[in-house]
Amino acid sequence: MLRLEKLTKTYKTGDKALTAVDLEVPLGQLVALIGPSGAGKSTLIRCINRLVEPTSGSVYLGDVDLTRLGSGRLRKERRRMGMIFQEYALVERLTVMENVLSGRLGYVGFWRSLFRKFPQKDVDEAFRLLDRVGLLEMADKRADELSGGQRQRVGIARALIQDPALLLVDEPTASLDPKTSRQIMRLITELCAERQLAAIVNIHDVALAQMFVQRIVGLKKGVLVFDGKPSDLTAEVLTEIYGEEDWSETIQKIEDEDEIGVVK
Amino acid sequence: MKTKSVWSNDDCPGQQAREALEKAPFIASPALRWALFIGAVLYLIAAMYSIEVNWARVYRGLDRGWQFVAAFSNPDFASRAYEIRVGLTESVVMALASTIVGIGISIPIGLGAARNISILPVYLVCRSIVALSRALNEIVVAILLVAIFGFGPLAGFLTLSFATIGFLSKLLAEEIENMDKVQAEAIRATGASWLQRYVFGVHPQVVPRLIGLSVYRLDINFRESAVLGIVGAGGIGATLNTSFDRYEFDTAAAILLVIIVAVMALEYLSGIVRAKVQ
Repeated sequence: MLRLEKLTKTYKTGDKALTAVDLEVPLGQLVALIGPSGAGKSTLIRCINRLVEPTSGSVYLGDVDLTRLGSGRLRKERRRMGMIFQEYALVERLTVMENVLSGRLGYVGFWRSLFRKFPQKDVDEAFRLLDRVGLLEMADKRADELSGGQRQRVGIARALIQDPALLLVDEPTASLDPKTSRQIMRLITELCAERQLAAIVNIHDVALAQMFVQRIVGLKKGVLVFDGKPSDLTAEVLTEIYGEEDWSETIQKIEDEDEIGVVK
Repeated sequence: MKTKSVWSNDDCPGQQAREALEKAPFIASPALRWALFIGAVLYLIAAMYSIEVNWARVYRGLDRGWQFVAAFSNPDFASRAYEIRVGLTESVVMALASTIVGIGISIPIGLGAARNISILPVYLVCRSIVALSRALNEIVVAILLVAIFGFGPLAGFLTLSFATIGFLSKLLAEEIENMDKVQAEAIRATGASWLQRYVFGVHPQVVPRLIGLSVYRLDINFRESAVLGIVGAGGIGATLNTSFDRYEFDTAAAILLVIIVAVMALEYLSGIVRAKVQ
């Protein structure tokens, strides 16, 4: 579904953010990307939909090499990649409904979008999605009136209304409290399963990642250093990714949380 | 473990800690600091000696100035009521029309002049237009346009439209450059076109400021129209100029009062508008 080949990004300042990253994500798989701040997680996600231009290497979405597309074709391909952001990135002064419908901009012409004349089936779908994420009655509220968790749900609806094949999720829970974080992660995993979406989730909370995904990939200074199941994350692996630290607490906590999850 | 901090003074004497918190002077070298200060004072004294004042002329002028001030106690609205009304209407029309036309032209130029959403060639062209408009003072432009189009409000209208472009484009461009980047980025990630990115990702962020600036510019254009009349570009300024030429200070006072009231009304209006668009 998604295949990265020798993806490399060197910033103008000379900082190597990514070094020859190879990664393949099959349809319907949720991958968590972990690593310390500055490891290049955000850059990796943004190089896929080319919000950041990769320096070299290829990104295949299906059979299409995204790195070789002109701007028109790139816009068409971006419709297949929904993105969810750390600080929600909703347009604050637009309504919830407008924010959700903005996910259809790639499908709708300029004049229709200017006058908010979205096709009826898009509007119906927007209501369905808002209902799915539990915000139906918020449709006409302005985005800046919502709480963090609610905003992220709108962000999720905006990504899903694109009808994507792939979700790019950048630190979805970094600005949320622990309970909301879990709810949001649960929602993302459920929706990915329902729609058979591939997804890459940047996440710095290792315990949270272990709770929700089948596969974890570790990035350190722009290099892939780990790729495996959540249960393979041992203290040695965490030390390899993050550096020397006492990991027993983190690993212990995960097991506790899993039990709580089972009791529920 | 005990942590050392600038704020804690348990392991260093209190006196020392307080000194460390003192504000550093803007210019580090004391010699340079004092040299600049003394230099500025000397310059000021020298500059004052270079101004020539003809005190006899001032004495005679005081009388005329006083007449003018005294005229305010009995402004004459009646004898030139028709001219005042025509002049005022002309100014209002001029200010409104030039503001609207100016906004219409400023938005595309402002977009082009915002470095973060524009490409370099377009950016340079738009910035040049802004710089040109700002470099030429309204009076200078008005004199040129009066020479081309003749006396009357057309020259004034064109002058103010031109001046509005420099003002509004620049401030709009700066507002766009300071916007929240991720909101626009999120719209870009959906596959939106450039114009859609503006309409959904950028415009909602800058619209309160754009409206506030537009009302403010309307205010400025009205006040400017009073000055432009003096160089023949129509409006209430022309009426004011005529009354000065005829030494009709009571009528001039009336016109100034009308301008003051109109500006205050605009100020009040802009307050209401800005409160509404938050």
